Amino acid sequence: MTTMEGDLTRQSATVLADAMAQGEVSAEEVTRAHLDRISEVDGDVHAFLHVLSDEAVEVARGVDRRRAAGERLGPLAGVPLALKDVLTMSGVPTTCGSRVLEGWRPPYDSTVVERLRAADVVILGKTNMDEFAMGSSTEHSAYGPTRNPWDLERIPGGSGGGSSAAIAAFEAPLAIGTDTGGSIRQPAAVTGTVGVKPTYGGVSRYGLVALASSLDQAGPCARTVMDAALLHAAIAGHDPRDSTSIDAPVPDVVAAARKADIRGVRIGLIKELGGEGYQAGVSQRFDEAVEVLTDLGAEVVEVSCPNFEYALAAYYLILPSEASSNLARFDGMRYGLRVGDDGDRSVEQVMALTREAGFGAEVKRRIMIGTYALSSGYYDAYYGQAQKVRTLITRDFAAAFEQADVLISPTAPTTAFKIGEKVDDPLAMYLNDVATIPVNLAGNAAMSLPVGLAPEDGLPVGMQVIAPAMADDRLYLVGAALERALVDRWGHLLIEEAPDL
Amino acid sequence: MTAITRAEVEHLARLARLQLTDDELDHYAGQLDVILQSVARVSEVAAEDIPPTSHPIPVQNVFRDDVARPGLDRSAVAAGAPAWEDDRFRVPRILDEE
Repeated sequence: MTTMEGDLTRQSATVLADAMAQGEVSAEEVTRAHLDRISEVDGDVHAFLHVLSDEAVEVARGVDRRRAAGERLGPLAGVPLALKDVLTMSGVPTTCGSRVLEGWRPPYDSTVVERLRAADVVILGKTNMDEFAMGSSTEHSAYGPTRNPWDLERIPGGSGGGSSAAIAAFEAPLAIGTDTGGSIRQPAAVTGTVGVKPTYGGVSRYGLVALASSLDQAGPCARTVMDAALLHAAIAGHDPRDSTSIDAPVPDVVAAARKADIRGVRIGLIKELGGEGYQAGVSQRFDEAVEVLTDLGAEVVEVSCPNFEYALAAYYLILPSEASSNLARFDGMRYGLRVGDDGDRSVEQVMALTREAGFGAEVKRRIMIGTYALSSGYYDAYYGQAQKVRTLITRDFAAAFEQADVLISPTAPTTAFKIGEKVDDPLAMYLNDVATIPVNLAGNAAMSLPVGLAPEDGLPVGMQVIAPAMADDRLYLVGAALERALVDRWGHLLIEEAPDL
Repeated sequence: MTAITRAEVEHLARLARLQLTDDELDHYAGQLDVILQSVARVSEVAAEDIPPTSHPIPVQNVFRDDVARPGLDRSAVAAGAPAWEDDRFRVPRILDEE
């Protein structure tokens, strides 16, 4: 039936959607090709915690039937997607990478899932993640680590390593991630893919199991900037069920990705995010990409954000404080695991035994840090002071955006590191997010996109592009222009250079 | 200088309802100390007159129309409960012996 078959999994969402609209290939064929790919490679990669084989085929058939009946379908109809296991999907296991939720099937859809269904996207399954999104490597999943398709000995980033690995391994052209301190962008950087953290409040958090409510944001993961834009447009927009959802029109990210013209755009290079502490190959590829931006007609200036130096410290007080409160809901009473309920023990004892058995090391560490930071006597010195630093970081951004339309930095200080290297060294692990964290504290929008392979290890490097709140379209304008120039130079997307699995 | 002792970690674990083992207490006490000393850097910033930010986008109270809407499906909620009896969540006793 089709000339595309055989390499359906190598195609972008845009190309697949087009081919389906033209009748060159059916949604069922596209879905089956990806499910086959998952059976073939996911034993090695372990991107998925749960695969929806029969259900996905059923949804795809429904799309084909409706298309055959002449119905007009959306731009992503029939395109497969991998969903991070932190978003609820009715009747489908949602574990957040934790034993405490093993086997739990939520009785409702998150708004993101509701919108994906409305867009006729075919959800292939739930992807692995650091437990409750706490981590930068996906090693803190209770279900074992995900492996980087570029090198199976290395981490795929985190917390959304399952989502980034799924698209890098061609198991799905699209994925949903969530980003609290970099969990979409850092995985994108280390897997050579594109990831976007929308403006805080841009995508509904309803049905997103909360880590830190003032920082969490769901967003698109893809292999191209245009694919990310289409997915962004599908999931974004006001939702009355999330009181922090922004009641304003979604910036036209698809038009921006199509325009891809950055002549005259002012780009601010953040002085504090680079140099010392950044791997040589990361700095090299980043600098080369900055030159490309200049060649494309952008005006690059240096900006200074002096308080970013304190962002990591502020973040690791604010996040644990919010997380320790949010995770109090896992008490073994209404859902998930319950341990030690022998008819004799009290609710308090059962709770403590349940949480001890159900949570992993990183979750316990952060809950205790948060409990400490919020306790009376320490509150002002820790949590209160961190909130003030948050204000200063937001002001740094505001000043920088007076001088520039977007800001840039390397997404992560290093390329993908080896599994096991930092798993029991919390501070070393936290440093992976040093460049992404300030964005979450201020609520801005940011993208990571691939800018090459580090010469010393042949692993992907990402550039971070940051826009003011509700100017998400600028990310796509700049990202698409840079991507086009780099693809022209390389002759293909960077991901095409990943070794065969 | 230590920011936190093993005994304090034990107290924190109790507050956080985590029944940690002795090995865990030994392990976490050192790690939490390192983390807390690191994050204490926030105190280096002179921020006395700076207002705190609790939320990136300032929002006022958000209300919806006071219209009834369906809640979650009862049987689906029951299916996810660790224990369910007589159409209710069954929970352990709430009072300790003493």
